[in-house]
Amino acid sequence: MTSVADMTVSPRDVERYEEKDFGFWLYLMSDAVIFACLFATYLVMVGNAAGGPTPKDVFELDRAAAETALLLLSSATFGIAAVALSAGERGKVLLWLAVTFLLGAGFIYLEIDEFAGMIAEGAGPQRSGFLSAFFTLVGTHGLHVTVGLCWILVMMGQVYFKGITAPVASRLMRLGLFWHFLDIIWVLIFSVVYLPGLL
Amino acid sequence: MEVKSGIPIERTLKPYLIGLALAVVLTAIPFGLVATGALPRQATLIIIAVFAVAQIIVHLTFFLHIDFKTTPRENLVALAFALVLIFIMVGGSLWIMFDLYHRMMV
Repeated sequence: MTSVADMTVSPRDVERYEEKDFGFWLYLMSDAVIFACLFATYLVMVGNAAGGPTPKDVFELDRAAAETALLLLSSATFGIAAVALSAGERGKVLLWLAVTFLLGAGFIYLEIDEFAGMIAEGAGPQRSGFLSAFFTLVGTHGLHVTVGLCWILVMMGQVYFKGITAPVASRLMRLGLFWHFLDIIWVLIFSVVYLPGLL
Repeated sequence: MEVKSGIPIERTLKPYLIGLALAVVLTAIPFGLVATGALPRQATLIIIAVFAVAQIIVHLTFFLHIDFKTTPRENLVALAFALVLIFIMVGGSLWIMFDLYHRMMV
């Protein structure tokens, strides 16, 4: 096992990875703009319950708290994987990526359970403007987390089969940006959707 | 065949632990306020908003490692541009829609 710090790298390679990082950063910023539009839509629509369930009727504080805890912890465990990556410890990278995956999967399980429960109670996305906007906003975030979970699996495969090479390390750092970015969006979701809705 | 050309990645545990501790505090307080209803509605909403902004800054600093020294300048420009766009679109949408709403009520 070679530490990343021990490896030699050509300036051209470093430049290429920096270009890719910048491109990925631009994608994240445009994704942030998409989420901002969904938040604006939600805030405009939240009062339009059409005589159906209001936020207070359908949101659960403990579930939102559990989802928040899982996603925040998964952000921290990804950080530990990044620390292991910079030390070149392949086994630890795999272990902490696996922990991150399980925490993220727990989050998705809670969210799907919440959506299924709401739809079963007749509070599906077609019920009112409020619920359409809620499912679009929170569902888009959940879809991103699901894609992130698939990406974690792919990267675990790459770390396992290819080892910690420069391209793999570079991709892992971009996955980290994506994962931490999704946690920021979730902070906004519980601060804009769940907490004011339950107040 | 392994490409053994590395890129310099330096990550230490400390920022992640500081970030996690701050994020837990900044999350627990608003959830606690909503659970107990200790403060009036208006004050709670303001605290939720302030703590959300603070927590986003914590995440950007300690998890995404954005700072004014090591982060490439173009990344910061892209971030600033995205924030301006977000401000215009969210602020503009809410301004127009709620103004319309009040005028329809009259």
